[in-house]
Amino acid sequence: MEEKPKIVISRTRRPAGTPQDFAFSAEAIPAGGVLEDYRRRAWEAFRSLPLPTPAEEAWRRTDLRGLPAASLRLPLPDAWRDLPPVPAHLLRPLTADQHGGQVILLPGGSRVELDPALVARGVVFTDLRTAERDYPELVARMAGQTVRVEEGKFAALAGAFGQNGVLLYVPKGLTIDRPLHSVLWGPGGGLAHLSHILVWVDDGASVTYVHEAASPDEADSLHAGLLEVRVGEAASLKFVELQSWGRGVWNFSHERIQVGRAGNLDWIFGAVGSRLTKNFSELDLAGEGATGRMSGFYFADGTQHLDHDTQQNHLAPHTTSDLLFKGALKGRSRSVWQGMIYVAPGAQKTDGYQANRNLVLSEEARADSIPGLEILADDVRCTHGATVGKLEQEPLFYLKSRGIPLPEAERLMVEGFFDPIMQRIPFDGVRERFQQAIHQKMSLD
Amino acid sequence: MSQLEIKNLHVSIDGREILKGLDLTVKQGEIHAIMGPNGTGKSTLAYTLMGHPAYTVTEGEIWFKGQNLLELEADERSRQGLFLAFQYPVAIPGVTVANFLRTAINARRRAADPEDKGVPIPEFRKMLKDQMDLLKMESSFAGRYLNDGFSGGEKKRAEILQMAILKPEIAILDETDSGLDIDALRIVSDGVNALAGPDLGVLVITHYQRLLNYIKPHFVHVMLDGRIVESGGPDLALHLEEHGYEWVREKYEETNGQLSQ
Repeated sequence: MEEKPKIVISRTRRPAGTPQDFAFSAEAIPAGGVLEDYRRRAWEAFRSLPLPTPAEEAWRRTDLRGLPAASLRLPLPDAWRDLPPVPAHLLRPLTADQHGGQVILLPGGSRVELDPALVARGVVFTDLRTAERDYPELVARMAGQTVRVEEGKFAALAGAFGQNGVLLYVPKGLTIDRPLHSVLWGPGGGLAHLSHILVWVDDGASVTYVHEAASPDEADSLHAGLLEVRVGEAASLKFVELQSWGRGVWNFSHERIQVGRAGNLDWIFGAVGSRLTKNFSELDLAGEGATGRMSGFYFADGTQHLDHDTQQNHLAPHTTSDLLFKGALKGRSRSVWQGMIYVAPGAQKTDGYQANRNLVLSEEARADSIPGLEILADDVRCTHGATVGKLEQEPLFYLKSRGIPLPEAERLMVEGFFDPIMQRIPFDGVRERFQQAIHQKMSLD
Repeated sequence: MSQLEIKNLHVSIDGREILKGLDLTVKQGEIHAIMGPNGTGKSTLAYTLMGHPAYTVTEGEIWFKGQNLLELEADERSRQGLFLAFQYPVAIPGVTVANFLRTAINARRRAADPEDKGVPIPEFRKMLKDQMDLLKMESSFAGRYLNDGFSGGEKKRAEILQMAILKPEIAILDETDSGLDIDALRIVSDGVNALAGPDLGVLVITHYQRLLNYIKPHFVHVMLDGRIVESGGPDLALHLEEHGYEWVREKYEETNGQLSQ
């Protein structure tokens, strides 16, 4: 790869436009139940926070002026019945031969399946509505505990109206062999899909959880999501998160995973869809000896805009984080990766790593890569790297000289570029999904 | 029978003329060696034959199997049966030797039949293993990233492995002996000799006579200043080994001087 380190520091600030605000009213907030107070607080935050503008540091490179906020509607109950169904390929297991359970979230509805053996052992894996009714204590102990609704307009939006969600609880010491799978299917132009996912892997427990979000290519719609995850002491979570939203989706999410003492997180992240994405993904290494790995794959084409904000917070001593995000860009697409490693005072002997590599495949595409370190302890090891590169001509000629036509030679090199990410993914199905995405995007013009 | 026919080839790079009217014909089954001092255009010839975009043909023709090679892209030339073993093979990080070779084989199959489903994996594995055994390569080699962190000897062996798998009709070996110790040189030469025969024409480009102790040419050509100035049998290589290039240069300059008068 012809790579050069790239750090973009731009001081230009566009004058803040006046994006229209949402037209949702408090009447649409689900009433009653264990989340009533939480939702009221979220509504207050939603009302008081303006839509972000490029004047805010985190939104400097992502402009929401085209967002048709005022015209977005919340899906009515059972709306999914009149909308395109979930494609079968989204329901197939990606990480094993069989699921331990599956939750399908649809506009105005959901479907849940869970292996009765897991139910008997105290596992909870269900949609948020059911969880509020059947497991109110669990919901109360989890919602708003990892991500605060005040963190942003879209966090507040999802908190207040979140019609769709998942609750996963894995009891202490339990190892679940078969992966759990949830699909958020968001068809319907003009709809606002709001999701709230709660995960608690209790002390000593272990699970693999795959969450996918997708929709057909349609007119403007929106997704705002909250993801709150707690990995307990000596617990282990493999979390795979894939978004292949349709080309009309404005996608926003606030995600934080907190890892307790000696806990372990393997977070795999794939993004190929949406019209525009702004995603905040945070790792809190909260207990001594906690480790977290974040592996990101993104591929943008056309006029897609993918903005990923990552944060690795070392809040305790002897914690280890390792982030690798790799992205390719075609057409006139744009990506932003802004990463921060934070080491709290006293979080000694921590080891933090972050790297972002971008491959820009067309003259009109652009990748911004902005690493950052904020270290308030003195005995740590933190390293980072960021590069933006193009395909080199000599390797392409070499491949062509072996009879491989140019488009295939380019695809092979792009696959090679992504290989370090593939090597970090312990699931054939997920790797295949990424390979398919590469194939598809490379054959589009 | 395939043959590669080069007529009055003139080639420039960045506006500077490197090849100045080169003629050569290589037939299937023949082994030709081109020798010459550094900077006479030997590698330019190799790259031009393969279709590297940095080299501009300003005059002359190259014919291969009745086709005008200059109208074909590098990948088409390869699929027609031309092969270049690079002097400096480039690294392709992230792409394993096996994945690369399978892609190359499948490109050939698909060019012949667009409906082709690709080489069956067991068949490919066996083919790869057999050829790697011949070149005394560890099986782990197939899983390494192509030319990435390879030693000089490994790179050259990987070139010969590709040649063995792709089965060209005419192969150009560009300074394949450079950077090889005697053991590696023997392995590489054995590999070439195993492939040589009535179906393969070879053009060995080399600076030193050393390689020709292992790969015996039928024809030896001396290149100077962008042209072939002397051709002969295997004896010519030995003569060059003994007497150097100076006598050729003197003879050539004399002829050239007469021509320009």
